[in-house]
Amino acid sequence: MDYKTAGLTAGIEIHQQLNTREKLFCRCPTTLREVSDHSGSFFRYLRATESEMGEIDRAAQEEMKHTRKFVYYTYDSTCLVENDEEPPAPLNPEALLICLSVGKIFGMTPVPQVHTMRKLVIDGSNTSGFQRTALVAMNGSLPGGGCIETICLEEEAAQRVKDEIFSLDRLGIPLIEITTAPCMHTPEEVQQVAEYIGMVLRSTGCVKRGIGTIRQDVNISIARGARVEIKGVQELELIAEVVRREVIRQKNLLSIGSELVKIGASVNSGDSRDVTILFSGTKSSVLKKANHIHALLLKGFAGIVGREIQAGRRLGSELSDYAKKCGVGGIFHTDELPAYGVTQEEVDAVRNAMEASPGDCVVLVAGSTEKQARCALSQVIARAGIALSGSPVPEETRKMIEGGSSAYMRPLPGAARMYPETDVVPVLIDIALWESIPLPELLKEKAARYAATYGIEPAYATQLVSSEKLPLFDRAIAEGIKPKLAAFTILSTVTELRRDGAEIGLVADCDYLGIWHAVEDGLAAKEAIPDLLRAAASGVCLDEALARLVPPVSVDKLHTIVREIIASRKDFVQQKGKAALGPLMGLVMAEVRGSVDGKIVSGILKKEIDAVLSRKVH
Amino acid sequence: MAVVKLDSGYNIGIPPEACSFVRRSPPEPVKRPDMVQERDLPELSIVSTGGTIASRIDYRTGSVTSQSDAAAILGAIPELAKVGTFTTRSLYTILSENMTPGIWIELARAVYEEICRGVSGVIVTHGTDTMAYSAAALSFMIDTPVPIVFVGSQRSADRPSSDNAINAVCAAKVATGDLGEVVVVMHATTNDDFCSIHRGTRVRKMHSSRRDAFRSIGIPPLGSIQYPSLEVKLEAGALKRGHCTPALRDHLDDRCGLLTFYPGMPPDTIRVYDGYHGLVIAGTGLGHVSTLLIPELRKLIDSGTLVMMTTQCLRGRVCDRVYDTGRDLLDAGVIEGADMLPETALVKMMWVLGNESSRERAEALLQTNIKGECTGRSAHGL
Repeated sequence: MDYKTAGLTAGIEIHQQLNTREKLFCRCPTTLREVSDHSGSFFRYLRATESEMGEIDRAAQEEMKHTRKFVYYTYDSTCLVENDEEPPAPLNPEALLICLSVGKIFGMTPVPQVHTMRKLVIDGSNTSGFQRTALVAMNGSLPGGGCIETICLEEEAAQRVKDEIFSLDRLGIPLIEITTAPCMHTPEEVQQVAEYIGMVLRSTGCVKRGIGTIRQDVNISIARGARVEIKGVQELELIAEVVRREVIRQKNLLSIGSELVKIGASVNSGDSRDVTILFSGTKSSVLKKANHIHALLLKGFAGIVGREIQAGRRLGSELSDYAKKCGVGGIFHTDELPAYGVTQEEVDAVRNAMEASPGDCVVLVAGSTEKQARCALSQVIARAGIALSGSPVPEETRKMIEGGSSAYMRPLPGAARMYPETDVVPVLIDIALWESIPLPELLKEKAARYAATYGIEPAYATQLVSSEKLPLFDRAIAEGIKPKLAAFTILSTVTELRRDGAEIGLVADCDYLGIWHAVEDGLAAKEAIPDLLRAAASGVCLDEALARLVPPVSVDKLHTIVREIIASRKDFVQQKGKAALGPLMGLVMAEVRGSVDGKIVSGILKKEIDAVLSRKVH
Repeated sequence: MAVVKLDSGYNIGIPPEACSFVRRSPPEPVKRPDMVQERDLPELSIVSTGGTIASRIDYRTGSVTSQSDAAAILGAIPELAKVGTFTTRSLYTILSENMTPGIWIELARAVYEEICRGVSGVIVTHGTDTMAYSAAALSFMIDTPVPIVFVGSQRSADRPSSDNAINAVCAAKVATGDLGEVVVVMHATTNDDFCSIHRGTRVRKMHSSRRDAFRSIGIPPLGSIQYPSLEVKLEAGALKRGHCTPALRDHLDDRCGLLTFYPGMPPDTIRVYDGYHGLVIAGTGLGHVSTLLIPELRKLIDSGTLVMMTTQCLRGRVCDRVYDTGRDLLDAGVIEGADMLPETALVKMMWVLGNESSRERAEALLQTNIKGECTGRSAHGL
């Protein structure tokens, strides 16, 4: 696709959890917990409130279409602030400093005074009904000439356990939000910028690692389309695909729009009626449960509602997403019926009742109450109306679904969702502090330095600097461990052990260092490292592991072992000559169980084999 | 610092010298949906005094202040329209720590007028910090045949999670109910599940921020109201609607004080209250202060000040006949405050001294249960 002609403009927002000791607005640890460990729960209702200007945000209003009860799980590591039962503590200075440091890397200007705001989010993911966020720095630049608009410091939302149940362990972990300008014009460029920003963030050494700790939101628009924000892209590799698919979706919506206009299609709220009675004997489980079924005639929409607009998504999926805001499970439409237990007879009866022509599509919405069915109906009318309007791509916040397609979440929020957080005192940014913040070495530069200084392969060095164990590596070097030994263990041994199912994540840094020191001091052989790590992973303390796995073997003892092995395989040695070294090496190493370095074993073994062979000659 | 709102909605602070005057925006009128009132529902009066049930940002200080009037409350909580028809009376817009006995009197008069006008119930919106004092004050000043319901919110009304709406709707429902006394209606738990109905002379704010901060002390709550069903359950002890005719006794003597004793308190602390007409002491345990203070208290009492002992334990009864110190206090003329809350005892002292000039009768009244503030038997444990 020619993205230039399509007029693709994209920007990204990167949200990265910060690895601070405490949360952003309370003194709780930033530790994630197992849901099964929750110590209690409570429930609340949220309602949209007016902004300071007296408006209600359109995104918030959309979330409030039906009353929702939210349940929250508490832990012994959460407090009344997460429960929205206590005012927030002052903004965490450690988190602010990390944001300033990132801002400095991008050449940004800090705001003179940081004001914490409440961003209205009433999908239940925040007990308060808002996410606290503060603008920290503005106007930065990217190496390719792109522009970073802002850096904000935000609090992480609660994690959804399922449906309307949320877990409070994650709520309040500091997040840095980096927003670029809409300065990118190809899907690949968006992905590269995301990669670069991710690298910069990791360079600080102060961000959390692992799945879910970084999330990208992508803002995309094309010519005649509209700005759409796709939230929650967790895999970096999917970013370009998300952009590609959104461009396709917007193009398809534009062409559907023109087609509908050409056909003379129309959407009229008068073209709806209650058709519950027609489904009194239905076999459809969804319709059977519903107390109120309404039908809507979409004139000229036949074949279009069922048309694919993006992989796995149809125009009907969009109508359905809008209806779901009223608490219904979705919609049925005649482009896909008969199906889902709805028979051809029922379809005919509905089409008749709605006086549908062959070119028309009929949508069915089913609600447990009349109010819910009407709400869903009005949502479908609104979305179908947009499809044939002059702007057939609505401005939306969407969520990424599997593979890189997206589903509707809510309208794009406006400025009305921002309200000052009156419980947090603004923070002055001290210029002396700003100037004293050191710039961290970027991981890219660090990889080059490792390759040059330690003689580590460049590809290996790149892998090493992206590893979560980078701080461990730096510490090992500082303690005099050979760089190659530490690098090999971190990148190769650990990966193999993990593949074998060892709980390698449980090994503490001090155990790694202990093992390396044992090798460096000649107390254990390199070959014993996998066994020692495996023991550490299963909870055995290092001294015990060394005693058990690496019993001390004296040089005399080693000579005896070697001689015994050769003696028992005399014929083999004589037959193979010097080539017996390899096979015998394995036997000796198994016997000494990693207590002696392979090089020493191989030296002695070689000498003894030579001795045997020379005796044969004499 | 000058606060600048960016197009994104974010605020930042910048030095005033970096700003220049461009123009003054015309004030934009805040549009509110018109509330449709159903005429068949009971008429309720909302008397607003301020507090977080109706608060907004104040850009002068950057913190929350009470700025909305009763009409704003109705606009913000449309569910109220299903419970009653409302008239509103905005008396004050102050934070409750700025309340005074003078304001309690004005509040009592306003509420009394509403009762005389024939409303089914009165809802008083109030900051939570001193709500219990005001509720006690109105309890003593008004004989009411209809519910007078105090309500507020612990989490400010400008947040989606505020307890204001549920508290207000529950309070309104209680105000239509079969009740004839001054009560406080607030969240009973941290959940949005039900509110408790507390007697005005028995309620206390027991947590600085939690929704369920208000607790009945010494007696169980008078009842509860479920949310969202709004099903009201009243206990047998609650006074019924129409049990009396309306009366107002709106005199308070504000030359009364409340002193919390602590170990090592210098005896001359008592002299601060020279010239006061009444002093309530929150003593330790069964109602004690250190022996060193007793001579000063004796002097104070001899000079004409009424001194009543309550307990800083809050729960339980004063009994100054068990230990020597207690007996010495009684001997000095201190009156036992039974199982009254210290704050309620203070308000009662103001009311008794405001309405009764005879010292003997005042002492007797202080020890008589008037509005459920004290009991003869301790039926309720912790």
